[in-house]
Amino acid sequence: MAEAAAVAHDDHHYTSTGLNSWKVGFWTFIGSECLFFGTLLSTYMVYKGAALQGPYPGDVFDIPLTTISTFVLLMSSLAMVLALDGVQRGNKRLALFWLGVVIVFGSIFLGFQYYEFTHFVHEGLTLQQSVFGSTFFVLTGFHGAHVTVGVIWMISLFVMGLRDKLPPEKALSVEIAGLYWHFVDIVWIVIFVLVYLIP
Amino acid sequence: MSVSTAPAPATSPETHHEDTGLWSWITTVDHKRIGIMYFVTSLFFLGVGGIEALIIRLQLFSPENQLISAQVYNQLFTMHGTTMIFLVAMPQAVAFFNYIVPLQIGARDVAFPRLNALSYWIYLFGAIYLNVSWFVGAAPNTSWVGYANLTSTQFSPGLNVDFWVLGLSILGVSSIMGGVNFITTIINLRAPGMKLMRMPLFTWMTFVTSFLLVTALPVIAVALILLAFDRFFATNFFVASAGGDPVLWQHLFWIFGHPEVYILVLPAFGVISDVIPAFSRKPLFGYPVVVYAGVLIGFIGWGVWSHHMFTSGLGPIADSFFVASTMIIAIPTGVKIFNWMATMWGGAIRFTTAMMFAVGLVALFTVGGLSGIMHSSAPVDLQQHDSYFVVAHFHYVIVGGILLGMFSGVYYWFPKVTGRLLDEKLGKLHFWSTIIGFNLTFFPMHFSGMYGMPRRTWTYRAELNVEIYNQLSTVGAFFLGASTLLLLWNIWKSLKSGEKAGHNPWGAPTLEWSIPSPPHHYNFPALPEVRSREPLWNDDERAAIEAVTLHEPATEPEMPNPSFWPIVVAFGITITWALVMTGIWWVPLLGLAFTALGVYAWAFEDPFKKKAAH
Repeated sequence: MAEAAAVAHDDHHYTSTGLNSWKVGFWTFIGSECLFFGTLLSTYMVYKGAALQGPYPGDVFDIPLTTISTFVLLMSSLAMVLALDGVQRGNKRLALFWLGVVIVFGSIFLGFQYYEFTHFVHEGLTLQQSVFGSTFFVLTGFHGAHVTVGVIWMISLFVMGLRDKLPPEKALSVEIAGLYWHFVDIVWIVIFVLVYLIP
Repeated sequence: MSVSTAPAPATSPETHHEDTGLWSWITTVDHKRIGIMYFVTSLFFLGVGGIEALIIRLQLFSPENQLISAQVYNQLFTMHGTTMIFLVAMPQAVAFFNYIVPLQIGARDVAFPRLNALSYWIYLFGAIYLNVSWFVGAAPNTSWVGYANLTSTQFSPGLNVDFWVLGLSILGVSSIMGGVNFITTIINLRAPGMKLMRMPLFTWMTFVTSFLLVTALPVIAVALILLAFDRFFATNFFVASAGGDPVLWQHLFWIFGHPEVYILVLPAFGVISDVIPAFSRKPLFGYPVVVYAGVLIGFIGWGVWSHHMFTSGLGPIADSFFVASTMIIAIPTGVKIFNWMATMWGGAIRFTTAMMFAVGLVALFTVGGLSGIMHSSAPVDLQQHDSYFVVAHFHYVIVGGILLGMFSGVYYWFPKVTGRLLDEKLGKLHFWSTIIGFNLTFFPMHFSGMYGMPRRTWTYRAELNVEIYNQLSTVGAFFLGASTLLLLWNIWKSLKSGEKAGHNPWGAPTLEWSIPSPPHHYNFPALPEVRSREPLWNDDERAAIEAVTLHEPATEPEMPNPSFWPIVVAFGITITWALVMTGIWWVPLLGLAFTALGVYAWAFEDPFKKKAAH
């Protein structure tokens, strides 16, 4: 009983698994997001080839270009890992540098997407043009919105770091932001394979 | 902020943390208060949905009745279904999750108290938004399943479907966050020794339900998003002429919709799995089997959705698969029924009102379950689809299962929440009038359905010979409505002058009965150590636990501060969705910016920061 009382005294940090609750909660949320993107992707796959008028996927996709933006996004995940490492070690310069890289790479990816979207619209593929346009823009648009949220999150962490508010004890908040960032990356890998690479 | 730091009224030092007043409820992050708010709100909407049902029943009282127009009738049955499922049954279960689960597992609160408050406020604002549609004369009118392409702008040009699609999107956010919160709470905040296989069944069913919430709600969220894009941005997701497929809506809806059925019913199963052992004075028969059956229902519940679509023409292979999976899911449900009966067998049964409602559930849910097995057969279903037979079936499941389970929970846990017992005499009157009213309303629908009376049709012709069944149903519905007033009267009366309940008036075995009634805001002065499934039924374990839980500590445990950011963020989310109605793409971004500000303020608020000294 003394043990239980001691545990109780340690108030809001006690958990039955020893895992931080934010981490458990965030993994659960990611599970939920999997179903969200899973449903959007299924919709895309169900409607694959159902467009009644062009442009069709083969007419607009520029695989080398998207490969570059995909590579940039994947590299941002590496930067994310290094940024977390920097925060955990209490190395402010390293942490800020790599967080900066995540922000820049994330923004480059969004820039590519902006270019791609405007280019497609220019080619005649709009949201309303066909089920291909509808499914493509809604799926990749929601992914892009997730990346945007991630970039804003990273900028917030960057500003906190600048103000010395990211000590190693706060590494968990960077780790959770990282979980989100990696998840958004993985979703892109699936989108890239299913939407772009499979003809 | 100035309000929370205002000088506290002179109160005794023991109670100075129990703030009162409207502001304390608006900013509360206490799971118990949030539970009470969920309960009261859902009870209010039970009244709203009930009145809608009564108007429907009046319209159907006689053939070719002209009481209301077909247009109003469409709005009434759509809002009745939507209200009862999303604004009554789900939040009522969440009310119990909130109040009871932390107490059952020995936690001081849920894992994310502010997120919990956010879930509630979104639910409240979403519910208000959905019902505002009545006041602009455009309540949703395409039924709670909103099949494409009836919901397209071409066939439903008004605001009706807009309110529905956006309102449900708002409510979905609330449910997903609630699911995340309860999964984390149950995984992480169990008291020492509260292993998973020692958790009370209600907590277990909350756990399974929460997994269904976080996995099923995103599916409907996407379906609603696609529909919203079709309506506001002229996309082609469900437009057949552009290559879209209206049947996709049915798939997405029911991939959510069938797990949703178990989201609704598993909490009720959980309630009576705690109530029946408590009043049989016997541990639950086959505890692990009941747990596994619940988990199995959660899994198989994902593989039966197309039994709602046997008339969509999916072909014999798909139909056969879903016939088989639907028949299989009846097995774990049947297992539970037998376990409840075996628990009662040979027990020292006390027929309190809570127990009577629990037994009522076992009986009436079984009736609904049996008619469910009838429709699991595709050829039979083809005859019954969209007839009143189906209406009878799912009301036996939803009212006979869920509502009775929730009533059982109300009578069981009311003394814990308020410190007073509900009146048993009035309670029994409530029980019997509910049973009579319920069967009188819904049993005749089996017959009107078999005679060919279609669902969702505002009137019927005399030649169909279903008038007598409809009249019985209408009389029964008013009886049922009146019986619910008995519950309200009982709550009102007992709150004022009910018999005082001790901390464990029923001699129940689980942890929530080891603390005072009503509990302190911190629930447990120190965390108790649990050594068995029925900790309060083992004398030395109970003594050890109650030494901890009934002890008044010199210094109260530190609890998170109240916060008003949840209500701000909830308002922002609701406004963001509501502004989509303008049809201008950048207007909702204003709401989003407002939400973002709230989220930032929230993120940088320290919930444990010491308040300014009083």
